[in-house]
Amino acid sequence: MSELNKLGLAEARDALRAGDVTSVELTEACLKAIDDADALNAFVHKTPEIALERAKAADDRIKTGDAPSMCGLPIGIKDLFCTKGVPSQAASKILDGFKPEYESTVSQQLADAGAVMLGKLNMDEFAMGSSNETSVYGNAVSPWRRGNDDAQLTPGGSSGGSASAVAADLCLAATGTDTGGSIRQPAAFVGITGIKPTYGRCSRWGIVAFASSLDQAGPMTKSVRDAAIMLETMCGHDPKDSTSAELAVPDFEAMLTGDIKGKKIGIPKEYRMDGMPAEIEKLWADGAEMLKAAGAEIVDISLPHTKYALPAYYVIAPAEASSNLARYDGVRYGRRAQLAQGDGITEMYEKTRAEGFGPEVQRRVMIGTYVLSAGFYDAYYNRARRVRTLIKKDFEDVFAAGVDAILTPATPSASFGLGEMTDADPVQMYLNDVFTVTVNLAGLPGISVPAGLDGQGLPLGLQLIGRPWEEGDLLNTAYALEDAAGFVAKPGKWW
Amino acid sequence: MSIDQSTAAKVAKLARIKVEDDALPALASEFNTILGFIEQLNEVDVDGVEPMVSVTPMRLKRRQDEVTDGNQQDKILSNAPDAREGFFAVPKVVE
Repeated sequence: MSELNKLGLAEARDALRAGDVTSVELTEACLKAIDDADALNAFVHKTPEIALERAKAADDRIKTGDAPSMCGLPIGIKDLFCTKGVPSQAASKILDGFKPEYESTVSQQLADAGAVMLGKLNMDEFAMGSSNETSVYGNAVSPWRRGNDDAQLTPGGSSGGSASAVAADLCLAATGTDTGGSIRQPAAFVGITGIKPTYGRCSRWGIVAFASSLDQAGPMTKSVRDAAIMLETMCGHDPKDSTSAELAVPDFEAMLTGDIKGKKIGIPKEYRMDGMPAEIEKLWADGAEMLKAAGAEIVDISLPHTKYALPAYYVIAPAEASSNLARYDGVRYGRRAQLAQGDGITEMYEKTRAEGFGPEVQRRVMIGTYVLSAGFYDAYYNRARRVRTLIKKDFEDVFAAGVDAILTPATPSASFGLGEMTDADPVQMYLNDVFTVTVNLAGLPGISVPAGLDGQGLPLGLQLIGRPWEEGDLLNTAYALEDAAGFVAKPGKWW
Repeated sequence: MSIDQSTAAKVAKLARIKVEDDALPALASEFNTILGFIEQLNEVDVDGVEPMVSVTPMRLKRRQDEVTDGNQQDKILSNAPDAREGFFAVPKVVE
């Protein structure tokens, strides 16, 4: 077999089981692809020794005939996941040099299943960003280009390194995390699949916290089937995360029948925004037609509080971030600022945090501090939490009316150029998450599926939103959409 | 509601982030842009609506209050910027 790094998880698993290939061969192909792709700046800490050691162990395990689906499959891990003995710094200067003494539950579950970690992936600092431009490692670059224009494009964010690495075939799949769209938006920008499961499906233990009531991990893969395979390994109850759900994890892959006859798919009118590019409007309408042709019933629905999701998010997420990031004080881990003669502990905190946090993180920590401060807590934070209740109720109402899933665009535009948003105010960048953030606020599962190309040859994605805990049904609807859309485009190799 | 430079300085102090005086005007202006965006929430009628506590209705689990872990002093200190004699070291706090 040639170009083993281009395989997806399902194909590689089947080839491993058939004895057509070894995990060491798959791993070596990926390691070579990674070394050839420094221009993408996707892998920021490479772990070839760990990878080859795990690949050899996986090959032994496969020979016994009792290996789980992920066994021997080389993947990348977002830098937000703590990985034992391997730098894990959430793309922040403040965690420079941090090597955890423990492993996150999700990456441990993947390792226990035999998955091979190739290294750590670039991201926005503390997962705060939509273009991977806030990383201490520098920008991750998309493998896609606008035709022959050599301008560098963003792979999206915050899981930009994961998106770039999977789209460029540096690994078979990658982990991501999603607080407001950080799996689904980058997946859409680079033409891959990304799912954020229901809040509570994946343990958050050992994942650097951004906004604890919104954060969820999920897989970023080359197909819906691959997403089903990897998600199953990532999910499950964990006593170390008190919000992780004590629910059985179904065999998601077995639920991929492609049969969606009689399913009711909602089209929310509030997602039709002023100024939305005609191409996205058309993609959305085409997606609805595809699902209808596959036997689903398309219904118009209303989610009346949609407009208030982003403003509510930009109160709740910074508030939680200001609290979570209080732990970075230069005492227990990470980087402490150089102090001047006579500096006391307050100067140590203030200098360490000023030097260690980038501008976007500082901005969000301070906004969070402000909305939680005495006198403003009720006006901002409590009001936002009330609006969040209403946003969730919008979804509960349409699900109660019999809707099985909701179809929306994944993003309001295709990928944009790195640096193009530099002069825009922060709110312009926040608008990237307008279609995805509602899903985090309501704690629902959402999946982004590549569905077409825009006029410049860049990928566009559609999002399906499912009922809580029904990832299996959601993946099956996505599987039908993927089949109908027939998206096969790949970026031409320039790196 | 508009944030002036002294409020921006106060917020930076509360957040324990050193901001130089000459950076305060730009910071205050960014805060105002973001808060202006957030102000939209005032249009929503939230009378009688409970603030969300947990997105998934669940009772937090309880466990026995007992020691389940420990004796990891070396591991805990291994990432400290300054660890001495088994402790985290910081600048003098009390004169």
